Amino acid sequence: MAVTDRVQSPPPNSHQRASRDRSVKRLAFSQKVSKWDVKLSPYLYISPFFLLFAITGLFPLLYTAWVSLHTWNLIGGQGKFTGLENYEFVLAQPFFWNAVGNTFSIFLLSSVPQVVLAIAIAAVLDANLRAKTFWRMGVLVPFVVAPVAVGLIFNNLFADQAGLFNELLTGVGLDPVRWHSDSLASHAAIATMVNFRWTGYNALIFLAAMQAIPRDVYEAATIDGAGRLRQFFSVTVPMLRPTIIFVVITATIGGLQIFDEARVFDQAGLGGADRQWQTLTMYIWELGWGQRNFGRASAVAWLLFLIIVLIAMANFLITRRIASQGGRR
Amino acid sequence: MSSIPMIEQTAGKGAARAAQRGVGSRRRGAPGGTMRRPGFLTYGFLGAVILGSLFPLWWSFLVGSHDSSVISKGVPLVPGGNFLANAASVLDTIPFWKALGNSIIVSTVTALSVVLFSTLAGFAFAKLRFRGSKGLLVFVIATMAVPTQLGVVPLFIVMAKLGWTGSLWAVIVPGVVTAFGVFWMTQYLRDALPDELIEAVRIDGASMIQAFWYVGLPAARPAAAMLALFTFVATWTNFFWPFIVLDPSNPTLPVALQLLQAAHFVDYSIVLAGAVLSTIPLLLLFAVAGRQLVSGIMQGAVKG
Repeated sequence: MAVTDRVQSPPPNSHQRASRDRSVKRLAFSQKVSKWDVKLSPYLYISPFFLLFAITGLFPLLYTAWVSLHTWNLIGGQGKFTGLENYEFVLAQPFFWNAVGNTFSIFLLSSVPQVVLAIAIAAVLDANLRAKTFWRMGVLVPFVVAPVAVGLIFNNLFADQAGLFNELLTGVGLDPVRWHSDSLASHAAIATMVNFRWTGYNALIFLAAMQAIPRDVYEAATIDGAGRLRQFFSVTVPMLRPTIIFVVITATIGGLQIFDEARVFDQAGLGGADRQWQTLTMYIWELGWGQRNFGRASAVAWLLFLIIVLIAMANFLITRRIASQGGRR
Repeated sequence: MSSIPMIEQTAGKGAARAAQRGVGSRRRGAPGGTMRRPGFLTYGFLGAVILGSLFPLWWSFLVGSHDSSVISKGVPLVPGGNFLANAASVLDTIPFWKALGNSIIVSTVTALSVVLFSTLAGFAFAKLRFRGSKGLLVFVIATMAVPTQLGVVPLFIVMAKLGWTGSLWAVIVPGVVTAFGVFWMTQYLRDALPDELIEAVRIDGASMIQAFWYVGLPAARPAAAMLALFTFVATWTNFFWPFIVLDPSNPTLPVALQLLQAAHFVDYSIVLAGAVLSTIPLLLLFAVAGRQLVSGIMQGAVKG
């Protein structure tokens, strides 16, 4: 590293060169500086985060509530105070409830299989493999593919006509699935994209947690006569519980805000002709930037925020209960 | 002055020692000891998983390397010779180079600033004593769970007021420091940086910022590199906010990529050639630093 010139207090050896009298004064001064340095520096060092979070995180979030109580246009700006009118309007929209349903459906279809598959992959990676690093890196490749690229690729694989998945289905004598018009099928397709990108990532998290389980627990289980499958379900999975909760909470916060993959699932990006796969974040976009109604968009954003907070709190309470029942952490 | 390299060296060693300790505690049992080698089934399953991870990319390249007239009759399983022609069409349709440059700028600046500010804050939280430090750290951790993305509307209003909509500043500034980064560096520095080392340089007359620069930063290097990697990948693949605030004429890569499909007539050989082109930079990064990504995820899981 290049040695840059020292700033602020002069290097100690300059004191020796100065006269005694001056050095005493300077010492007193530099002690004062040093005292403030010790006191204030920590606050200075942590301030960038708090300032930035206040300005770009907390303030916008709270201000969303304020905007939601007004008529507010993307171009015209703030209009008059309307109280809860935006909420009344939004809650009466079938598209809002449709988006709530879609969001939860996609979320469940992505999180549940993802966690199960990730644990299975982790269990296999935990074996005494040859070329460990190769396999670990292999499962992580999808993580570096941008969700938009994933969306475009799978959009092609899931094409209703002549898409690879439908070709395979008809090839084995099944009916092709209308991925882009049937609501549940479209959710499954979008969930597949999410799973594609995140399963390997989560598998590595589970793998790390599995490796932290003490060996002697398994040895005891072996002595008790438990087979490998029995060990997996009676030792590994219970020991993983805190990690499972962590992964589920992260997946919840991210999964309820899903946008990218669903946005590029067709050309228009509004979630299908009948909004079959429009999520809440997409609905916020449509209201705010499609219809230029910031007031209503904010109302939906605030509602989604409340939903996420409620679910996170439920998660937290469950976690606490499990922890107090004598979990590992 | 001559003491600085020495401190650096010591800090480096301390960090290395701590890192080693971390790795050691995670490895269990004697390698190749009681554990038997897994059988064919294990490798078969893993092979299938890897195939599943790689196949969509391979498919994308297959489609992107053929003419659309070939695609309509079913995609052949060997690549065609049309990739460069399709790539050229991508360059004609979207401002690809501009988007690539923007993505590089945004991701690099964000990664560097996240590392700097997070290490600074992590240094304070892990090693300096100050009133309220515990409560503030809990606050930082709690903010990780806050879905700030939902503040897009006011954030957009603010950016419009500042005249930043359409400019890269609007994408860079909200990301220059993250709660995750602060937490990550705090956790790491707590173990990796011995208190005695800071005390030693303080007694030698170093100011706080010098102690950070000459002792804290070198000790943080391994964790900082991982944080930089993750931030870079996350910023590069980010879509929602850049899509809202940036102009189609001055996009990042994901924003430009989705324009390929927004045309009236969609030619998938061009769209997927674009998907391949836009993924190549991160695949190259993965080839170089994938190992670090893997161990970063695994360390984060144990500590977090």
